[in-house]
Amino acid sequence: MTTVLGVPLPAILGQLTLGLVNGSFYALLSLGLAVIFGLLGIVNFAHGAFYMLGAFAAYIGLQAFGVNYWFALILAPLAVGLLGVLIERLFLRHLYRLDPLYGLLLTFGVALIAEGVMRDRFGASGKSYPVPESLQGAFDLGFMVLPIYRAWVVAASLAVCGMTWFLIERTRLGATLRAATENARLVQAFGINVPLLVMGTYGGGVALAALAGVLAAPVVQVSPLMGSSLVIVVFAVVVIGGMGSIIGAIISGLSLGIVEGLTKVIYPEASNIVVFIIMAVVLMWRPAGLFGREQ
Amino acid sequence: MKLGSLKIALAALLSVLTWQASAAGDQVVIGDIDDLSGVYADAQGQGGIEAINMAIADFGGTVLGKKIVLLTADHQNKPDIGATKYREWADQNGLNMLIGGSNTGVNIAMSKVAAAKKVPLIVIGAGGSSLTGADCTPYSVHYVYDTTSLANGTASTIVKSGGKSWFFVTADYAFGTQLQDSATRVVTANGGKVLGAVRVPLGATDFSSFLIQAQSSGAQVLGLANAGTDFSNSLKGANEFGITKTMKPAALLAFISDIHSLTLQTAQGLYLTTAWYWDLNEETRAFGKRFFAKMQREPTMDQAGAYSATLQYLKAVKSAGTADSDKVMAELKKATLNDLFVKNGHIRADGLMVHTMYVMQVKTPAESKYPWDYYKVIKVMPAEEAYGSQPDPACSFAKQ
Amino acid sequence: MAGSSNIRARVAVYAVLGILALTAPLLGIYPVFLMKLLCYAMFACAFNLLLGYTKMLSFGHAAYFGSSAYITGWLVSVHGWGTIEGILAGVAASMLLGIAIGAIAVRRQGIYFAMITLALAQLVFFICLQAEFTGGENGLQSIPRGSIFGLIGLGRDDTMYYFVLAVFMAVYVFVRRIVGSPFGHVLQAIRENEPRAVSLGYKVARYKLLAFVLSASISGLAGSLKALTLGFATLSDVNQGTSGEVILMTLLGGSGTFLGPVVGAGVVVTLQEYLSDHVGAWVSVIIGAIFVVCVMVFRRGFVGEIAWRFAHSRFGTRRTAE
Repeated sequence: MTTVLGVPLPAILGQLTLGLVNGSFYALLSLGLAVIFGLLGIVNFAHGAFYMLGAFAAYIGLQAFGVNYWFALILAPLAVGLLGVLIERLFLRHLYRLDPLYGLLLTFGVALIAEGVMRDRFGASGKSYPVPESLQGAFDLGFMVLPIYRAWVVAASLAVCGMTWFLIERTRLGATLRAATENARLVQAFGINVPLLVMGTYGGGVALAALAGVLAAPVVQVSPLMGSSLVIVVFAVVVIGGMGSIIGAIISGLSLGIVEGLTKVIYPEASNIVVFIIMAVVLMWRPAGLFGREQ
Repeated sequence: MKLGSLKIALAALLSVLTWQASAAGDQVVIGDIDDLSGVYADAQGQGGIEAINMAIADFGGTVLGKKIVLLTADHQNKPDIGATKYREWADQNGLNMLIGGSNTGVNIAMSKVAAAKKVPLIVIGAGGSSLTGADCTPYSVHYVYDTTSLANGTASTIVKSGGKSWFFVTADYAFGTQLQDSATRVVTANGGKVLGAVRVPLGATDFSSFLIQAQSSGAQVLGLANAGTDFSNSLKGANEFGITKTMKPAALLAFISDIHSLTLQTAQGLYLTTAWYWDLNEETRAFGKRFFAKMQREPTMDQAGAYSATLQYLKAVKSAGTADSDKVMAELKKATLNDLFVKNGHIRADGLMVHTMYVMQVKTPAESKYPWDYYKVIKVMPAEEAYGSQPDPACSFAKQ
Repeated sequence: MAGSSNIRARVAVYAVLGILALTAPLLGIYPVFLMKLLCYAMFACAFNLLLGYTKMLSFGHAAYFGSSAYITGWLVSVHGWGTIEGILAGVAASMLLGIAIGAIAVRRQGIYFAMITLALAQLVFFICLQAEFTGGENGLQSIPRGSIFGLIGLGRDDTMYYFVLAVFMAVYVFVRRIVGSPFGHVLQAIRENEPRAVSLGYKVARYKLLAFVLSASISGLAGSLKALTLGFATLSDVNQGTSGEVILMTLLGGSGTFLGPVVGAGVVVTLQEYLSDHVGAWVSVIIGAIFVVCVMVFRRGFVGEIAWRFAHSRFGTRRTAE
């Protein structure tokens, strides 16, 4: 058995593969956060809660209504995205004229409420969500057995990330959005309904989080606490990538998942903190993040 | 205006502060501090509360002319919450006895309170043997099972049937560590070897990276030193990643609730050690039926144990003629315990209630004939074999 | 005349609160609960020094509260240190941590400042999780209360209560003095208009760092006292939840007032203590809902709102409250 740094190669490859899977989640989640912050200037502290709600929407959909996984992939983000739109319309909209910290605090409160309601209803331990039939089974990669579902997660995340990037950077709608964040009044003067655009963007970012939740449901067990532990890491990822940068979020998310996987093999005790250490270093050296622009 | 609103605030504050229940001398207060919503909620949890209420009802609802009252709280797997609540009930609510729920870490913290406040603690859900070893107190009783008996049952069965090399996936707190230690002792005593171990935070949901580490060790046996949803998640993960094809899983602690949620398809063939099973005899089946009518599930050993502990405590209070802790503890340690949970059990000097334990194997789906027909008895372990015959040498006050 | 009735009202409030505080154990109120309240009130006052008077929103203040709790708990229970020495060591530890994290964080503002404090606090959390001396998931338990220099034993709940109360009152007065001092005025100038303060020649970064370190040290003091009162130092003391709680308490009560954080802490601790038995997880929901209401319409918090109305109703002209 070949070894690298004293660790058997299959172990390294195995952890790297798992790291790639985790990285896909990070990428998808930080994408939603980056969209919301980059385009709206809101730090969405409720992002982890929306991720959790997306997973629960899939779970409840299956348990109560027999909605299968494939429908859930579409319906859950839609439902949770709608909730996001409601929150933007009723609450966030009134806070734009104030210090951005109020928006942060509001989303923080929303996260508390969402978590509390779900915890009361479902308890704190995870509920099991089955892997859909067509994705069951595993690939034998030689150095490890990779469940097909995990490979699907990587593929789906990359696809969604790619599509979102394309939408924002290469289409007219995306251009309008980016223009609106630079100068809302001017864009409004052109006859474009900016508030509607903002509402839609927030809903879109939230829907991305919910989609990540549905993808995660068969992997991590659906639990009210699943978002809160993850959201801090995702914030660190977004800060590393650059808070407004879409491509930064995607690349940092994937890379950090892989780095975490590597750390698990070489120095497992540090695997939880490596993201934060990297964040501290990046912030000292390049305060706007790797791909960000100074605001 | 400021004074007006201040008056309101003061009134509100005072009314809240005097909302505390006063210690009533005309009640016998039993408490239950348990994990009611987290990783271990199904092992004892709400069903445990139901079982205690059944025991109180079966006893008649009063003892020595005093009404029996039950207080419950969720410790959320945090030692400080459990211990602080226990202390508060002892100080403010006249607590006479506490039933300790799952989580060894919480129960270790609570045993300190038991000794300080001299309020008996009967530990049901937690497993750590140190509760009657290094952490023993004259006021704690460890009632249902412990890590020593689990290892003597499950680990020794697996080692003797050929599983010589082990790798542990361990819950990173008192219980996991103690279970791993007990199992390691049994494995090495039987000529086996432990190739390594990995520590997992309590409540982790994705075990994949830990399981990959286990697999790369090349061990024959995957020792799961965890419980509750940790156990079911790690077993599911092991299946998903094809690890169960090359390693044999050792379910060092499994409750019937876990087997039910895993389904026989996944859990078949597992060895496990238990203090009680609903389908052992007529008496246990009758209890199972009553419990099922209320909870729609068969009781776990913890839930039957909670019933039994409550009943035996109330009997001891009656025989002692008082709820005074020292007299009741003396009665409990004198008695031979007999009820639907235990036959000829007795409480050792270090507080451990020694009794028969059973090594079971989970049936295949074909072998199971009716709902919840999950286990077949492989071995009946008498108390000495399960627990050893001497009090734990680490327990300072129990030295003979 | 206008000023003096303001002062009379304030004296009346403090007098009532003072009497309540001093006689509380005699009224049969559970001293352990009150001590917990006082510790968190101290923590919130320390946090408010940063948020209310310097407008710096730290999202990881639990790091100082918890690390001090651990250091004090460890020294007192494992190494047999005296109580006062243990507390001082804990405060020193949180001060050092405040310097380390503050030096990195104060270079940035607003959201970035918040994110840095958040991430670095997570770092502290995971270090506490891994470190041997903290006991990991089990935490430090059975921390003895010891005594004040061997003279006055703190084992009894009511004795310990008066000790904690004395420290709290000292801290409260201290915070008021800082805010009212020239240093405090500079901080408020920085809060109102940082570029102007810079142009006036003030070394803004140094002032901010000093405020940060002061806040961290006092938070540490609160943490040490909490560890001694309850006998525990656990991961909950350094986790994100506690950081969030102190923000909640300060906002609820009113940042930028002195009594605000105290009232906020009182409300949150009381709600958690008495509601959790009855409504379980709904405590989070209720606290979250109150938070949302505060952010939306009640931005000055309870005390801030009361003080503002008082200033406006009596005199018609706008005066700075408290």
